[in-house]
Amino acid sequence: MNCQLASDSVLYANGLYRVVYNVAGSFLPCWLAYLIAGLVIIFILVNAVLLGAAVITWGERRVLGRFQNRVGPNRWGPFGMFQPIADLLKLLTKEDLRPQGSDRIVFALVPILMVAPLILLTAVIPFAKNAALASLNVGVLYILAVSSVSSVAIFMAGWSSNNRYAMFGAARAVAVLISYEVPVVLSLLGVVMVAASMSLGSIVEAQALPFILVMPMAFLVFLAGMSAELNRSPFDVAEAESEIIAGYHTEYSGVRFALIQAAEFGGVGVVAAIAAVLFLGGWSGPWSEYLGWLWFLLKTGVVVFLFIWFRATYPRLRIDQIMAFSWKFLLPLSMINLAAVTLEVFFLRGDDGSLTTADLGIMAAINIVVTVVSVIVFGNLIRDRVTLRTRQPQQVAVPGVPTIEVS
Amino acid sequence: MTIRTEPVTVNVGPQHPSTHGVFRVRITFDGEDIVEVEPVFGYLHRGSEKLAEERNYVQVITLTDRLDYTSSMINNQAYCLAVEKLLEVEPPPRAKYLRTLTAELQRIASHLIAVGFFVQELGAFGTPLMYSFRSRERILDLFEMLCGARVTVSYMRPGGVFADAPRDFWPALDRFLEDFEEELAEMEQLLLENEILMVRTRGVSPIPAEVAINCSVSGPVLRASGINWDWRKQEPYDAYDQVEFDVPIGSNGDNYDRFWVRMQEIHQSLRIVRQCIAQIEPGQVRLDLPLVLRPEAGREAYGRVEASKGELAFYLVSDGGISPYRCKIRSPSLINLTIIEHLLVGWKLADMIVSLGSIDINMGEVDR
Amino acid sequence: MALREVSGQDLADALNGALPGTVQGFDEEVVWVQPSRVHAVAEYLRDDPSHDFQFLNSISAVDYVEYFDLVYHLTSLRQLSTAVFKVRVYGRDELNVPSVYRVWRGADFQEREIWDLMGIRFNGHPNMKRIMLWEGFEGHPLRKDFL
Repeated sequence: MNCQLASDSVLYANGLYRVVYNVAGSFLPCWLAYLIAGLVIIFILVNAVLLGAAVITWGERRVLGRFQNRVGPNRWGPFGMFQPIADLLKLLTKEDLRPQGSDRIVFALVPILMVAPLILLTAVIPFAKNAALASLNVGVLYILAVSSVSSVAIFMAGWSSNNRYAMFGAARAVAVLISYEVPVVLSLLGVVMVAASMSLGSIVEAQALPFILVMPMAFLVFLAGMSAELNRSPFDVAEAESEIIAGYHTEYSGVRFALIQAAEFGGVGVVAAIAAVLFLGGWSGPWSEYLGWLWFLLKTGVVVFLFIWFRATYPRLRIDQIMAFSWKFLLPLSMINLAAVTLEVFFLRGDDGSLTTADLGIMAAINIVVTVVSVIVFGNLIRDRVTLRTRQPQQVAVPGVPTIEVS
Repeated sequence: MTIRTEPVTVNVGPQHPSTHGVFRVRITFDGEDIVEVEPVFGYLHRGSEKLAEERNYVQVITLTDRLDYTSSMINNQAYCLAVEKLLEVEPPPRAKYLRTLTAELQRIASHLIAVGFFVQELGAFGTPLMYSFRSRERILDLFEMLCGARVTVSYMRPGGVFADAPRDFWPALDRFLEDFEEELAEMEQLLLENEILMVRTRGVSPIPAEVAINCSVSGPVLRASGINWDWRKQEPYDAYDQVEFDVPIGSNGDNYDRFWVRMQEIHQSLRIVRQCIAQIEPGQVRLDLPLVLRPEAGREAYGRVEASKGELAFYLVSDGGISPYRCKIRSPSLINLTIIEHLLVGWKLADMIVSLGSIDINMGEVDR
Repeated sequence: MALREVSGQDLADALNGALPGTVQGFDEEVVWVQPSRVHAVAEYLRDDPSHDFQFLNSISAVDYVEYFDLVYHLTSLRQLSTAVFKVRVYGRDELNVPSVYRVWRGADFQEREIWDLMGIRFNGHPNMKRIMLWEGFEGHPLRKDFL
């Protein structure tokens, strides 16, 4: 009884945890208060991810519908908002199929392994000032490490399904994930360097000028790399529905399929949130003391919209073109960005190693020029030479005269 | 160290999201590369040729609707031309114009489907497909005004068409043409210069002209290989000798050219439709032929048209009875598939789907 | 600009000159060719510059109960002409005609279809299997005696 969280505990910084622990501890044994506070946090996280995924599926379908001259789901609830719930109920009542010859344990583990990293990622995202469920001082490192787990899950899905399409999808997905990890990490290095911290909270506070302006190239690389890691168009080869049915999750049905879908759409939300924190200034904005969460959600929504926009617009690239895009385009760009940022930080930082807003402004001016130049240069370098080699088709007005050159 | 690899055989289809119906290809892959291809047909075989021998000449028209169900007007036209050749009759001028007009509208609809699915198979999630279906719906609505049906139209008859167009058809057609111009421009803006579309299709699966001819390929696929051959020009039927249009031809025979040729043909079809509207004059739309046709015994006719997929021909043999003694259908989709090996072997899994989409097959016509 | 239709007479004269003994008969539009010489005739019609029939439109088979007619529709894209030749094979069983697969690759599926539905085998076709129906199907549905 009368348990109070000590101020030197690692969990003390987490306000919500502290409050729950203290309230529960006033009439319960300490170990039970500890447990209850933990469960409350987990409950919130799981629901945040799953509800977020539901909202994003609904939003994506509505927005895609608008892009395609359709209405999208509009039957149940206001603007069809309850559609994801209807979908979920339908999927829950479906038969849980497991293909013959599949590896049962691995097959069953996959959906869990896909959702788990997302929930873990959500824990470190600061929704507002001091509102992260776990404010880690190695936040960026943690994000990079945890987000890579899903590639293992994808490969497990492909392998255990005993389906060749699933295997194709898994092989593609792993190839893509590994290639895009490198430029993404390099682009995040610049962010860490300017913020001089790996904690997401400090990164947001360091953004007197949003990092999208300070390092536009890093943002572009991050966005492209993340849409590849999320298997979003135009890099969605792993589940290219016109080629390999649904890729690695071809054989999943019912509730397992629902979880994989939740992981996919939840992934979009989480990645958008990370992008908002790292590049768009997170919760900062006018009245951020009170409206920080609103600014954060707004910025996340903008990035989610960007992902949906890509999906509605672009055809898919081929696997070799995706690889070339990563290694020949994104990697050099991220390296140039890293070099530029390193030099700028080296010359501009003050005696205590900090950067003022004016310094960030100077960096932004230089980096925007660097970005434009290098995108144009490298864009022309990797531009497929096929387009230049082949002849332009033509219009023939001569009626009826065959123009054949047959040997 | 060398890693031992082995080829993998995959059955693509008959249940697959992008084989255009119940088509099946048995493909052997080495990694992502295709080393062997074997098409398997017959999942939609309904015996149309045998059924035609059991029906009288007019009833066969309903069978032709169901061959290539995305271009039933043109199928009707080919069959009616063949029967008219058997009977040695010629439809009145207004009927000819109506046929030309509806056939060209149908060609637009069919090409829109081909282009829409082609880009869909490239991975564009639905947007271009929805754009093309938006316009196609309007064309089907026009057909509904003409004959009460949208897909299985059965509009044409030996010796003319089933009925004259209703009065409100013409303003509706004008409205469609006006809107379609804009919708087409919107689609072209999205697709024609699209960088990803270019790198995915330029130089992929080129079919040289010699191969195309030797494989009896016809239609847009043949023209994409650089051959200026269009039966509407070479052997004008109906009102095609009265209208002006160009024949777009490709130069590489690759997927982009096949796509490009179809996009340009939509423009040419629009031109023809406009000219038909300007030239058409009131008059009879159907000859007074007996209800049951009995062509002279021993006669045979090969009636062909340039359908949206290629050369569609009906080879009819008469024994003097009320139904054709033999009705052979030369279906462009089946024969265009002859190039499947040239098209696929050596390319990647992702290209395979696109190349199949670029020859625009329709299983109703392949299997008949 | 209509295409020129090469008459049976002209075709028969040319064939008699180049490949004596191949022509069985002719009428206004059509020439009948000795079944065993189909491949040679096809090669001649494709390669001879005055005919130049590079394009095989279609092969059709017609069942006349006593005999089968195979009808070959050809087009020359350069000469702007069309021609038809036929092959008449008598009997109901064990029918064999040389394949033109090596001459016109476009014959591939059509010959398989004729074997499947009419029961005429083409010698020299590399993949003479049923195409629409499954292996083991009894009979050939397009024949007049198939009910």
